[in-house]
Amino acid sequence: MIAVSFFEVREISKRFGGLMAVNGVSFQVEPGEIFGLIGPNGSGKTTIFNLINQYYPLTSGDIVFHGKSIKGLKTYQICHLGIGRTFQVVKPLKRMTVLENVMASAFSRVNTFGEARKLAMETLAFCNLLPEQDKAAKSLPIAGRKRLEITRAMATKPELLLLDETAAGLNPGELDEAIDLIKRIRDRGVTIIIVEHIMKVIMSISDRIHAINYGQTITEGKPEDVANNKEVIEAYLGESYA
Amino acid sequence: MKRSRVIIAFIALALVLFPLVVKSDYYQHLVILALMWVVIGGSWNLLAGYTGQVSFGHAVFFGTGAYTAGILANKLGISAWWGMAFGGITAALVGLFIGWVCFRLRGPYFALATIAAGEIFRLIATTWESLTEGMVGIMILQTFRSKLPYYYLALLLAAASMFVFDLVMKSKWGFYFISIREDQDAAESLGINTTLYKNVSLLISSFFTGMAGAFYMNYMAFIDPHVVFSLHYISIMAILVGIIGGVATIWGPALGAFIMIGVQETFRSSIFGLAPRWVSQSHALVFGLLVMFVILYMANGVVGDWPKIKRLFLRRP
Ligand SMILES: Nc1ncnc2c1ncn2[C@@H]1O[C@H](COP(=O)(O)OP(=O)(O)OP(=O)(O)O)[C@@H](O)[C@H]1O
Ligand SMILES: [Mg+2]
Repeated sequence: MIAVSFFEVREISKRFGGLMAVNGVSFQVEPGEIFGLIGPNGSGKTTIFNLINQYYPLTSGDIVFHGKSIKGLKTYQICHLGIGRTFQVVKPLKRMTVLENVMASAFSRVNTFGEARKLAMETLAFCNLLPEQDKAAKSLPIAGRKRLEITRAMATKPELLLLDETAAGLNPGELDEAIDLIKRIRDRGVTIIIVEHIMKVIMSISDRIHAINYGQTITEGKPEDVANNKEVIEAYLGESYA
Repeated sequence: MKRSRVIIAFIALALVLFPLVVKSDYYQHLVILALMWVVIGGSWNLLAGYTGQVSFGHAVFFGTGAYTAGILANKLGISAWWGMAFGGITAALVGLFIGWVCFRLRGPYFALATIAAGEIFRLIATTWESLTEGMVGIMILQTFRSKLPYYYLALLLAAASMFVFDLVMKSKWGFYFISIREDQDAAESLGINTTLYKNVSLLISSFFTGMAGAFYMNYMAFIDPHVVFSLHYISIMAILVGIIGGVATIWGPALGAFIMIGVQETFRSSIFGLAPRWVSQSHALVFGLLVMFVILYMANGVVGDWPKIKRLFLRRP
């Protein structure tokens, strides 16, 4: 018998009017790995997350989690199934405190105020955001907001976590902290698909990388192989890490 | 924490003793109305203030509750007091229908639909004479001569509604309501079924507003379509009560109800007969100016902006 794959996207496509933002992309993610997804601006990375998340309906293709298609489910159901995500353009619940933000998401796993508070506090501590717990979410600087995105997603106890450019806009010190956090999340057994423009981050933490351009797959493989791939270098040409 | 408990106990005691001390029917009447508005304002606030789904037509729920009680008495010959339960339920059913149609869509559909629903129900109540007595309205016999039973019932209703709203807002539902208000996309991705919980908020809100409507029928013993389905007297008033005291606070609408009844009465009586009669006709205008003032200078209402107000008055030259 063939083992059921953990997570898989099969020939997924998304059309926005005349634009194929994602065009027949397939990949499999193994449990416990950090799977990098790279591509130049506008290549369709966030759209892939929005498809997995069922924020947009698929134009074609299928998405399979634990051997079952999740196509057509509602976004909130995807969360309950165990797929969490962060937003590239952060979406803090602005007029709630940091703790309340995380509690709101903790309620996806527990029912009482006390349990939600406990789960939220644990998650805040794990993500080093505990000192900010009483601050209004809107008062956080960008690094804090990015971290809140991760903390909130973690409080939903995901098996698979989609991180969309959570390191963008951070200074070098904050960057090291972010990398450390992502590794600790992986060490907890959470599988991660990460979209990141900063090559230092994506190359150093990914187990495997899938590169796309214009919504189509260029290559997939180990970080060093992908980094040396001719098409990948061409896609990124002119950018500092080419 | 402790100080606020003392204040609550003091307010509760004052309200319990009020009709025993102040024997005037007129003032008792005003406080009964204010207590009824505590319920409506709190209901509006749950949906609009906390959940972010602004209703411009709470009259549709109030009127449905009032007519349910009235029709039960008038057509079925059973006590209009049954309307307290059934009025809440019918109003909630109307709410669920509007929510079912509108909440799957985003944007101003809900707000617009509430205005439309209020007008449609007013027309139905006006034209379906065999059921509603049309423009003539429904008149029933009052159960009590004294205002006291009505007063204490209104007080109980107000207290119960505030208790429920407070409980809800400290629960999972409350967190979900505020999350939906703050960011629907984020809320969905955090596992919140936003369509469902908008409907839950609307259900609670319309239920209590319907109960208030049924209470009004019992208390006033007379309703007609132009009052209970009124955009101006009910829907706009609900918004004013909700925002003047403070949106998205438990105490805001309660305070707002007393402020607005005070304002309304001051103008209705032409500043207690001291001003010319045209003043009493200008109260719609005053309501409008009041909304503008609050939005410009006290966006968080009296309760929300309390520190600001305190600073203003405590500042000694
Ligand atoms: N809702 C939408 N409607 C129309 N076009 C869209 C929509 N969302 C994305 N697109 C387009 O789809 C393409 C892929 O966008 P996407 O946001 O997925 O890129 P990305 O790889 O995440 O880019 P970036 O690195 O800048 O975040 C872009 O051309 C974008 O303009
Ligand atoms: Mg993107």
